[in-house]
Amino acid sequence: MLKVENLSFSYSREEVLKNINFTAQKGELITLIGPNGSGKSTILKCINSYLKVEQGNIKIKAKDLLSYSKNELAEIIAYIPQLENYSFPLTVFETILMGRKSHSSWRASQKDKEITAEVIAKLDLGDFSCTNINNLSGGQKQKVFIGRMMAQQADLILLDEPTNNLDLKHQLEIFELIQAEVDKGKTAVVTMHDLSLVSRFSDRIIMLKDGKIYSDGDKNSLSAAKINTVYGVEVSLKEHNGSQVIIPERVVV
Amino acid sequence: MSREFCDKEKKRILAEQQENNKKIYLLTFTLIILITAAAIYSLFIGSAQIEWRDIYRVIFSGSRGMVYNIIWNIRLPSILTSLIAGMGLALSGAVMQCILKNPLASPFTLGISHAAAFGAAFSIVVLDFSAVIENFAFLEGVYLPSAAAFLFSQIAVVIVLFISRQNRATAETIVLAGIALSSLFTAGTTALQFFADDLELASVIYWTFGDPGRTTWNQLLIITIVFIIITAYFIYQSWDYSILNAGDEVASSLGVDSAKLRLTAMTAASILTAVIISFVGIIGFIGLVTPHIIRKIAVGSQRQLFINSALAGGLLLIISDNLARTAFRPVVLPVGVLTAFLGAPLFIYLVIKGRQYW
Repeated sequence: MLKVENLSFSYSREEVLKNINFTAQKGELITLIGPNGSGKSTILKCINSYLKVEQGNIKIKAKDLLSYSKNELAEIIAYIPQLENYSFPLTVFETILMGRKSHSSWRASQKDKEITAEVIAKLDLGDFSCTNINNLSGGQKQKVFIGRMMAQQADLILLDEPTNNLDLKHQLEIFELIQAEVDKGKTAVVTMHDLSLVSRFSDRIIMLKDGKIYSDGDKNSLSAAKINTVYGVEVSLKEHNGSQVIIPERVVV
Repeated sequence: MSREFCDKEKKRILAEQQENNKKIYLLTFTLIILITAAAIYSLFIGSAQIEWRDIYRVIFSGSRGMVYNIIWNIRLPSILTSLIAGMGLALSGAVMQCILKNPLASPFTLGISHAAAFGAAFSIVVLDFSAVIENFAFLEGVYLPSAAAFLFSQIAVVIVLFISRQNRATAETIVLAGIALSSLFTAGTTALQFFADDLELASVIYWTFGDPGRTTWNQLLIITIVFIIITAYFIYQSWDYSILNAGDEVASSLGVDSAKLRLTAMTAASILTAVIISFVGIIGFIGLVTPHIIRKIAVGSQRQLFINSALAGGLLLIISDNLARTAFRPVVLPVGVLTAFLGAPLFIYLVIKGRQYW
């Protein structure tokens, strides 16, 4: 589904990605983890074609990223950024309907509206359909963005720290929604900070340090030594229902 | 969640959406009724007394007297110009606010109106357009200033777009830059006035006051054609503009080229503004205020916002023009002065309230 080969990227003179290589298969949930500034978001922006790839190659469905038009890419890749601020009021319905843009011409068809209503119903957001998105809580807003992604019906979904600033219930809810999409055969690449959630939901975990891949392994590939090296934090790891729970102990000076 | 419950919920959501749309259509319908009423009422407002039977006679009996002249050559063009200019300025404001993600944006606050006025003054004083008219009689004395107004408005647009692309540019920074541009172009216009002869000075001052009463049928036709073409374009693109509200990264992932869209939209909005200003003069705040009023009344799609803002802008300008003509009778105020009196306090309110407002 996705193949990233020798990807390097610089913001002005600062090189933020150095020779990144990984692949993602259909039905796989990959999480990118690493400290702030390690290049996680930049990778997503390169795959999403928001940033122009300078060195290396990204292939989607065995075709070069650059060979797709913007609209074709929108039909294949859905993306939720870290921060999404709306300057003006927009209803929940209109926000989710946005996901249908690449499938339609200048206006939404009846089918687009029906898909949108179905997504709203599935997400249990029916009571907020005509509510201004700016009046929703952080967790509800994130659900709306996931809804837009579902309406987009793309095969590859990219989410940049989707559980940031959310309470426990919403964190779990958002990850279950992502998992449900992956179970339907979609491929997800997600950046995250909560390592316990990462271990619970990921099929593969890619650790980044200073713009390079430090480790790439399955959901149980996290170790205290790796976390210590990448984050500079001592942790304890405990097994729980087949995944790892990570407890931070102290900062390594 | 069961399939049956999901289907039922889906139908309920679609019905609720339709209900919300109905409310917005009702708003559109109400605005059209109010515009019609205000336009008809305006036919009777002015220094000469006109009654229903006079209008009936002009329309149905083909009467060609003084009343015919007042209605056909003075009041009707003025009312229609107020309508189209108000609609155009409000639509430009709504588009600029949307593409710059900036609630304080409008042709007036971004300095585009002042740049257009400077362009007109420049053509009158420096390009000596009386000589041009002698050589090109078809120019009828106004088309060169209009072209110059448009060219200079584009300079302001390029500067605003450049500033808005800077990483740290906030809504306030862009408007501050707009204020700087306004001051610059106003200073330029004042300097031109200083060097102008009596006739040129009168023309320039006449330009800077917004007044829908000055247009001829031909000028109104030009404004209307430009308005219809650009409005059709904006309505066609409105879904894309709505997506810009989510930010450039999301827009890009939904297949929208935000940089290209922003450039074409700013150009189209400034053409519309420049054409209106070049024939009507500067009318501030209509473009800023009306989209906010509509957003406060109903939240719908971008297309509905554009249509209702335009209608509300037309209505506001017809009412403002009536007020300007009658409030200090026998003195007739230029409507631009009145809209500034009404709009400036609201602008200050928006700045103070900041994000809490929207």
